[in-house]
Amino acid sequence: MDYSVEVKNIKKTYQAGKEIVTALHGISFDVKQGELFGLIGPDGAGKTSLFRILTTVLLPDGGSATVNGFDVVKDYKKIRNCVGYMPGKFSLYQDLTVEENLSFFATLFNTTIEENYELIKDIYVQIEPFKTRRAGKLSGGMKQKLALSCALIHKPAVLFLDEPTTGVDPVSRKEFWEMLKRLKQQGITIVVSTPYMDEATLCDRIALIQQGKILSIDKPEKITKSFPHQLYAIKSAEIYQLLKDVNAFENSLSCYAFGEYLHLIFKEEHDNRETDLLKFLKMRDHSDIELKPIDASIEDCFIELLK
Amino acid sequence: MKQFITFVRKEFKHVFRDRKTLLMLFGLPIVQIVLFGFALTNEIKNSKIVVLDYSKDNVTRAIIDEVEASQYFEIATETKNIQEVEAAFKSGKIKSAIIFPSNFGNDLLHLHKAQVQIIADGSDPNTATTLTNYLSSIIQGYQQQHLASPQSSPEARGNSMSFQIIPEMRMLYNPELKGAHNFVPGVMALVLMLVCVMMTSISIVREKELGTMEVLLVSPFKPLLVILSKAMPYLILSLVNLIVILLLSVFALGLPINGSVVLLFLVSTLYIITALSLGLLISTSTASQQTAMLLSLMGMLLPTMLFAGFMFPIENMPLPLQIISNVVPAKWFYIIVKSIMIKGLGIASIWKETLILFGMTMFLLALSLKKFNVRLA
Repeated sequence: MDYSVEVKNIKKTYQAGKEIVTALHGISFDVKQGELFGLIGPDGAGKTSLFRILTTVLLPDGGSATVNGFDVVKDYKKIRNCVGYMPGKFSLYQDLTVEENLSFFATLFNTTIEENYELIKDIYVQIEPFKTRRAGKLSGGMKQKLALSCALIHKPAVLFLDEPTTGVDPVSRKEFWEMLKRLKQQGITIVVSTPYMDEATLCDRIALIQQGKILSIDKPEKITKSFPHQLYAIKSAEIYQLLKDVNAFENSLSCYAFGEYLHLIFKEEHDNRETDLLKFLKMRDHSDIELKPIDASIEDCFIELLK
Repeated sequence: MKQFITFVRKEFKHVFRDRKTLLMLFGLPIVQIVLFGFALTNEIKNSKIVVLDYSKDNVTRAIIDEVEASQYFEIATETKNIQEVEAAFKSGKIKSAIIFPSNFGNDLLHLHKAQVQIIADGSDPNTATTLTNYLSSIIQGYQQQHLASPQSSPEARGNSMSFQIIPEMRMLYNPELKGAHNFVPGVMALVLMLVCVMMTSISIVREKELGTMEVLLVSPFKPLLVILSKAMPYLILSLVNLIVILLLSVFALGLPINGSVVLLFLVSTLYIITALSLGLLISTSTASQQTAMLLSLMGMLLPTMLFAGFMFPIENMPLPLQIISNVVPAKWFYIIVKSIMIKGLGIASIWKETLILFGMTMFLLALSLKKFNVRLA
């Protein structure tokens, strides 16, 4: 079996009052065995619907998908045996303690904490000091670690993590991704979704998803390399005025705020483009101008693909 | 099996860690029983009665003294005027009246037969029935004590039996009144139904609402396992509740259990399971705790109160409502409990009702299992 997850033309629509909302417009992709696959997209892109279809709790309206070789509709019971799922919303028992939650999920899957302790050790040691605390009283980052432990306790072949780092502080986010890398080394296929573009580079391959359609699927470096323009970062003392002025510049194709810089693409990439722009800006009384060519990030690619 | 035990243990933790619900679980029945119990007993104690004695002989005097001496009655006035009795009823100051015709004692001695009239305010049917029953039992007691002494020979007793005081009962305002009801079986039916249905109806829906159902679904668990383990803690807690109710009714309210306690327990367990299955059905077919709560309150409280037969006699209802009352489990349980607790009957006379409850339970369980969604939405 080469692929852990195969998705072919999956469609999903919802009835919202009288309107029919299409959440997924025929999505297809594959995830290789042992791969860390990222679904990158903003809220409402259809990530959660896709996860629910793959974890068999939702029926697709069209298309087919297999997880670990099993069909998501016909063999749903077999899939439920061999996948780990961590929904976007914290979904453990808030009135049970950390330890009780973990041992409950272990028993649910006919195993014990001891049996698979090795797998969750790295994660669990961090929350073990709080094992008698109720899950509802944990911090956001600890909740996610506990949820991951619970999803892993039965040693799943495929792990589905729906926005595991949303609402988690930057340090915990970093730790979380390091844990995912270690899990990958154990041979577990991981499908993870995130609205954070910076996390995309940590995946083996990513799918950029927007409004139920996949914009691009590739390795993150390949996606950034395929950016069709030379990207520039620019800043000056008056950043807001700068944005207005750069947009008014005749050779600028697009310019948008990106952190403390503006990201800029020229219409015509001729040799004098940089000096022309600097001249133009100096005429408009801008000081401390900094202009430099940069490599595109995933977010830049995403913005480019949305055009 | 290990999974099941873990599941049940988890459910128990949910129940015990939710203090407010636990309080409601045990507080509700106790409050209801005590409230219903003492509200009713207070009314019957020291009920005001008017005596109209046209005879004024020593037999009527003795009976009046016994009425006065009992804890149930307090003689408001003794009068010789029937108009006064009517006025007293109209003003609502009295609940009952006892009227001895002239020559009561004489008739009893010579004709071996005398009539006494008991009038009760039928606008409050339960009280009225209880009062007339009390009065006739006082009169009967007098009759047995004084007119047929145990020492007398069988012949003499046979003879004395011909001394008959015939109480003639009259209900004012509601002459069609039927049957003496005791409220404990009714409260049992109501409380067990409410507690079981409400608690279980919330239990599965809570998992849906909190999102834990999503994780639970993506595991090899079986729906039957979830449903049974959800019902387990409430079954045990309801049995504890049942014991509390019975202890209260026997010791605090003085209502004896005339029939077999074991049988009463067995059928009550069956009824609890019926209620639990109903709760599970609500739970599996609703999406939010609020809907489940409302549905179980509106769907259970009203029909149970209306159609169980302990507040309003079913016989007096229009036919369509009588037919509807058949699907209310509380009706059957009420009949069973009344038969066992008050009439002291055995399984032979309640097997039909028990079978109906059993059938309902199986149907509800099967339906809730079928309705259990193995997917979201």
